[in-house]
Amino acid sequence: MSADDTAAPGTDTATASTASGPAGLEGCVPEPGCAKPDPIFTADSVVRSFGGLRAVDVAHLEVQRGTITSLIGPNGAGKSTFFNLVTGFDKPDSGQWTFQGEELTGQSAYRIARRGMVRTFQLTKALTRLTARENLMLGATGQLGERFVPAFLRFPWRAQEHEIGARADDLLERFNLAHMRDEYAGTMSGGQRKLLEMARALMVKPSMIMLDEPMAGVNPALTQSLLEHIRELRDEGMTIVLVEHDMDVVMGISDWVCVFAQGELIAEGAPDDIRRNEQVIEAYLGAHRSLPAAEDTAETDEEKHDEQS
Amino acid sequence: MDWLAILGNSVRGMLGPEAAIYALAAVGLNVQFGYTGLLNFGQVGFMLVGAYGVAVSVATFGWSLWAGVFIGVLCAVVLALILGIPTLRLRGDYLAIATIGAGEVLRYFYRSSYLEPLTGGVFGLRQFANGFFEANPYPPGRYGIGTVSFDARSLWVMTVGWGLVALACLLVALLIHSPWGRVLRSVREDELAARSLGKNVYGFKIQSLVLGGVLGALAGALLAINVQSVQPDSYNPVVTFYLYTIVILGGASRVLGPVLGAVTFWFLVTFLDSFLRQATSSGLIPSSLIEAGDVGAVRFAFVGLALILLMVFRPAGMIGNAKELRLDVR
Repeated sequence: MSADDTAAPGTDTATASTASGPAGLEGCVPEPGCAKPDPIFTADSVVRSFGGLRAVDVAHLEVQRGTITSLIGPNGAGKSTFFNLVTGFDKPDSGQWTFQGEELTGQSAYRIARRGMVRTFQLTKALTRLTARENLMLGATGQLGERFVPAFLRFPWRAQEHEIGARADDLLERFNLAHMRDEYAGTMSGGQRKLLEMARALMVKPSMIMLDEPMAGVNPALTQSLLEHIRELRDEGMTIVLVEHDMDVVMGISDWVCVFAQGELIAEGAPDDIRRNEQVIEAYLGAHRSLPAAEDTAETDEEKHDEQS
Repeated sequence: MDWLAILGNSVRGMLGPEAAIYALAAVGLNVQFGYTGLLNFGQVGFMLVGAYGVAVSVATFGWSLWAGVFIGVLCAVVLALILGIPTLRLRGDYLAIATIGAGEVLRYFYRSSYLEPLTGGVFGLRQFANGFFEANPYPPGRYGIGTVSFDARSLWVMTVGWGLVALACLLVALLIHSPWGRVLRSVREDELAARSLGKNVYGFKIQSLVLGGVLGALAGALLAINVQSVQPDSYNPVVTFYLYTIVILGGASRVLGPVLGAVTFWFLVTFLDSFLRQATSSGLIPSSLIEAGDVGAVRFAFVGLALILLMVFRPAGMIGNAKELRLDVR
């Protein structure tokens, strides 16, 4: 059942995003909680308190389909907690959120993932005693062989297993992990694990992928490669939500940036709007530093074009 | 010192009905602990409900043996659900606490005077497996070579026991090498990751607990049938620890690990038992050091020592994958 509803989005959104440019956000007013023309995800009054501390208190947040949206903010701003709440890994005190028009409030994590909203973790969760290929194959949804009775027999799921294996091989190739195919994931380096986790999330055929600090602890060269992958996914029509600390990375790659501070959404807008936003500079970096200038991040874009041509 | 007799005894011990029964229960435990990472410290409780399922059905209610086995298995399913539903949503340690408690609660419950009309209380029940032995196809006599021989009765229990072990191993092998088994192993590695990929982790844990529990119940039923009696106090927590010993000795998360573990365990136990008995009676070991009456306890001390050495020099067990164990589990 879940295989059907997750299979479609990748294809139908691809046309939409290329027609109206990568973002489709031109008309949006850069202020917290602003409406988007085609939101894939909306959250309303999501609140989570730990004792007396309001860790998350988001009045309204929309994510535009087919964009790279980043959540930034200082440590303890509630970005990761917000991630956990909307993906079902934590329960909010109140609030509701929808994904592709469907209410997801209070659903368990695995159901949310099956709906096509898949997350990764800040501390990578490679399944160490499974091979890289097994890690990926696990990600496929709607596997008949995962049911107890058909699992005994071979014939009901052999064809499906073959197809999933082929898909896993393609993704391993794409993420430069083909040489690790039959190695235990536990033998991989930190960076390879990040790639593996992203590839594994893609096996679920998500329409929105939520990456929790994908660049943390990754060397600069691999960061570039990860960014390439993220851009490619966006260009294929996927919606990407990032939690990221590295400002250079965020400003370079994002179509839209949401800024959290003390659990609240204090600003959102295109990277240029955020750079100029006094409130953000103050809240996030203190008054004495400025956010990276546009020229610094433009370089990475040019590099990308060079490589492509 | 009659070394041939000692060796003969040891081989009998490693092939005998007890080894088969422990192997079967250990295969069940391996599904839970080895593949799913569930810390079930109450496997003996599953054996107990299996054993009493047969005993009570036949001896108290006069039903057929088959009905008894079926009821024993049913009790194990119910027990797994009762234990699993509240605890499997929590962290692993809670299941360990709940199961070790449940095993003891069950033992005291079955031996209580309140249940005496059903279970026979502390005295247990007897002579309920005549149907099983009437179906014995082997004519009376002794079978085997030299000192390694069994009577027809034991041979029949062994046939059924090792047959069940083979069947259980085949079943586990099929399941583990399927996508179902892949999910099970992923739950062992990281539950959250499995959930983030759309897997109903809770459901898989329940299935694993039930499957392992049912295998435990079958082992319990066979244990009761083998000795034609049940007594609540033979189902104490130590049995579960023997089963863990067997699983780890053979190699956890290997299909044949528990079988090899059970065979080795029973070889060691019977070897030490007969060796120490002979050595104390022949005066090789002076009675000032070990008296004949202490042998039962001392042999397990030596088994413990052997295990410590195994853990130091071969931590993955006999056929465990050492490469898996060396992995940096972060």
